[in-house]
Amino acid sequence: MNAAKTCQPVGAMYAALGIHRCLPHSHGSQGCCSYHRSALTRHYKEPVMAATSSFTEGTSVFGGMANLTQAIQTIFTAYEPDIIAVHTTCLSETIGDDIPSIVAKAIEKGFVPEGKLVIHTNTPSYIGSHVTGFSNMVASMVKYLSQANPKSADTFNVIPGWVEPSDMREIKRILKAMNVPFILFPDTSDVLDTALDGERQFYPDGGTTVEELRRTGGSRATFALGHFASEAAAKGLNEKCSVPAHLLDLPIGLRATDRFISALHEVCGVAVPAEIEKERGRLVDLMSDMQQYFDRKRVALVGDPDQIVALAEFCADLDMRPVYIVSGTPGKVFETRVLERLEERVPEVKIANGAGADMFLLHQWIKQEPVDLIIGNTYCKYISRDEDIPLIRHGFPILDRVGHSQFPTVGYMGAIRLLEKMLDAFLSRKDRDDAEEKLELVL
Amino acid sequence: MSTETLNAADLKEQMLSAYPPKLAKKRGNQMVVNRKEGASEDEVPAIGANTRTSPGIITQRGCCYAGCKGVVLGPTRDIINLVHGPVGCSFYAWLTRRNQTRPPDEESENFMNYMFSTDMQDDEIIFGGEKKLAQAIREAYEIFHPKAIGVFSTCPVGLIGDDVHAVSRKMSEELGINVFGFSCEGYKGVSQSAGHHIANNQLFKHVIGRGTEVPEGDFKVNLMGEYNIGGDAFVLEEMFERCGITLCATFSGNSTIEQFERSHLADLNLVMCHRSINYIAEMIEEKYGTPWFKVNFIGADSTAKSLRKIADYFGDEGLKARVEEVIAEEMKEVAAARELHKPHLEGKTAMLFVGGSRAHHYQDLFAEVGMKTLSAGYEFAHRDDYEGRKVLPSIKVDADSRNIEELTVKRSEDEFRPEQQVRKAELTEQGFEFSDYVGMMPEMDKDTLVIDDISEHETEMLLRKVKPDIFCAGIKEKYGVQKFGIPCKQLHSYDYGGPYAGFKGAVNFWADIDRMINASVWKHLKAPWKN
Repeated sequence: MNAAKTCQPVGAMYAALGIHRCLPHSHGSQGCCSYHRSALTRHYKEPVMAATSSFTEGTSVFGGMANLTQAIQTIFTAYEPDIIAVHTTCLSETIGDDIPSIVAKAIEKGFVPEGKLVIHTNTPSYIGSHVTGFSNMVASMVKYLSQANPKSADTFNVIPGWVEPSDMREIKRILKAMNVPFILFPDTSDVLDTALDGERQFYPDGGTTVEELRRTGGSRATFALGHFASEAAAKGLNEKCSVPAHLLDLPIGLRATDRFISALHEVCGVAVPAEIEKERGRLVDLMSDMQQYFDRKRVALVGDPDQIVALAEFCADLDMRPVYIVSGTPGKVFETRVLERLEERVPEVKIANGAGADMFLLHQWIKQEPVDLIIGNTYCKYISRDEDIPLIRHGFPILDRVGHSQFPTVGYMGAIRLLEKMLDAFLSRKDRDDAEEKLELVL
Repeated sequence: MSTETLNAADLKEQMLSAYPPKLAKKRGNQMVVNRKEGASEDEVPAIGANTRTSPGIITQRGCCYAGCKGVVLGPTRDIINLVHGPVGCSFYAWLTRRNQTRPPDEESENFMNYMFSTDMQDDEIIFGGEKKLAQAIREAYEIFHPKAIGVFSTCPVGLIGDDVHAVSRKMSEELGINVFGFSCEGYKGVSQSAGHHIANNQLFKHVIGRGTEVPEGDFKVNLMGEYNIGGDAFVLEEMFERCGITLCATFSGNSTIEQFERSHLADLNLVMCHRSINYIAEMIEEKYGTPWFKVNFIGADSTAKSLRKIADYFGDEGLKARVEEVIAEEMKEVAAARELHKPHLEGKTAMLFVGGSRAHHYQDLFAEVGMKTLSAGYEFAHRDDYEGRKVLPSIKVDADSRNIEELTVKRSEDEFRPEQQVRKAELTEQGFEFSDYVGMMPEMDKDTLVIDDISEHETEMLLRKVKPDIFCAGIKEKYGVQKFGIPCKQLHSYDYGGPYAGFKGAVNFWADIDRMINASVWKHLKAPWKN
């Protein structure tokens, strides 16, 4: 009930959009593709293009080979992408369609033009969550495209995880500021945050190119940000092309960003520029200026595991108490990682993930003992309104506000934005609730 | 900037040239230039509709499940809609269609803010999910004690052979409430349309006719195919009340299961969205004798026309007078709004590609302020929605439609009301039309381009070549259209505005269209140094 997760294919679709001139393809019924495109469009307020195998009752009996081969022909003729990234659905997985052999058939029939590619990933909707789907598609990019090439060994791979285009843009800014030559993949900046100037580009400028994806195999190391979304691809790269993997948390908040910057400094052998140090300093300055308003505030975190691990740590570093932690995405490692990051600072914490960990459960917990703040996706607004608790929208999907596409929450600057949003929530509440004689001008 | 007319035949050829030959032929059947030279008013060409979307096409269409759970059953507040399948299907249909509902008091049941799913895992795919489904029904009952639970099948359910109907029957017995299933797997049919039909069938089998309480009122109607998006049904409920017309049930905006159960006791069925609900109207007439006709409450003049038709049906002078009073009263505000907005909108051009009735109905709203529709089409409608019900006998039933159950309905021996059919016969003789739908195309201008199940490629070409002043579609098209600098009005979600039905709706709609077309932002797309 009131799930805190959705199904794999939508994550695969989002990841595929981070490849330059790629058309994601949903191998299943039309509704899957329609629902995923709608969900992503509502979140990003941008066109989200993807095609579907349009299964019918006949297809579900005889298999999806005819549909997918025809789809490949039509897509390359009418929509001319450089690459098609196929993901499966619960329907085609239950049928047992073998995508590589279908693609081979399409190639044999001449439906894949010279120099164009079709890759695929399996995303059975009845396993894992949307985060699993994202992870699977990124791992497939490695499986299909990465090539070991020692000659080009000056780059570092960065797998940003399922974060916003604004976050990917910010990670690139940090890497440039640090003088790290990098390949970021996938990269949805300039794909899902494009300009309006009266000219529609069906395939926008952004996205990691196929050429860059090939070169990931020759990089010196991979930084995988977020265990759930990025580890599989980083491990795959290490196995396939012997690129050492460094698994880090998403750089959300002070210390997770510290670890990211330290890792870049140590692994890439680059100095940390004054620009970045000053950003850190400004964040710490704000944390000390406003510490009193965060201290002992109870907060509920609900959403995707990689985000929550980092958010929990940041909240605790602000002396807040992240007391309820819920993620629909299964995986035993989640609880361990959250507890590690909390460092025994919040002994009363309740953590649930996987089966039964949903927003209904969170609502019950909040009813038993309320919190001062909820951080989660738009669906939390019903709990927020019922219980009169402020909500900061973070994660997927955000259907009713903008900002996530424009302003990052990663890095020190992102942490400043998060801090400002939390502070605003607490102080607006205080201004609203304070008695007339207690209303403070200066805070 | 807008082109007054378009060279429809030429455009069609250009659109088709991008496709592989076989696909071009198929798509060609689904694009027609409306009315040939010298054709009479009601003579329209045949269009290909309700056929499969070719794989690889970027289509607007969704699936059978979306039509069944999302569209028809979604708006009823006191039935728990439990989706049997992996988590996604239920997640995406969770509150995304803006069906508003207004329980009479705090204690009244409203489950619409909740999302229920069996969250099927790989074990259930392998060993079957019936046990988990039964358990989920039991849990939902224990927490909420609803009057009814609807169970909706998603794609894998049909494949692994879970029998949602048997589980529903068993749980009905165990819990003593109405539990009923829908075999609305996403792959059935060719679009949402199959799901509408399945929803109609199951409501007719399991819900309609169970009520015995006759609502009070002299003129009792059901409003069918009105889903209360943005509060449309609220506007119409209030309008009916002022006219003295009693609403037994709305299918299904702002509705309760009790309304459905008693809906067979109404005197007349009014069909708004012909595509999604005509089956129930037909079946009720067959079994209980209640006649139906098509109404359109989108557009002020259209609303007045439909209200007058209802009054004429009942033939009561008091009702006719009240209807005229309401129309006169409402038209004051409508006239003021028209006067305000028409100078900004007259002569502007529109294109509408949406749904199974909206692409037709909303043309009335545009026409009432002097706007021209250049091109239109439905997402999931059938030929009768384009060409009119007169083509029904000539529609070939293909394999995809044959798989959707057609209920055989028999006249009810004790509940059939012959007097209603007598009234229908009398009025028919006077030229009154029943069981009617004239369709979209006869009401569109000559040389307009009608496109069924429009693709992203075709949409782009229309925008590039014709540049209409406004394009109406859904969320998936919205931001792509606007990248061309052309405003896109969502006619599924109304861009979170509305209501747009009835007289008040027309006033809202014109204000919104005026605001959108004449928004300042469109003047600033190019940086000043690029001009």
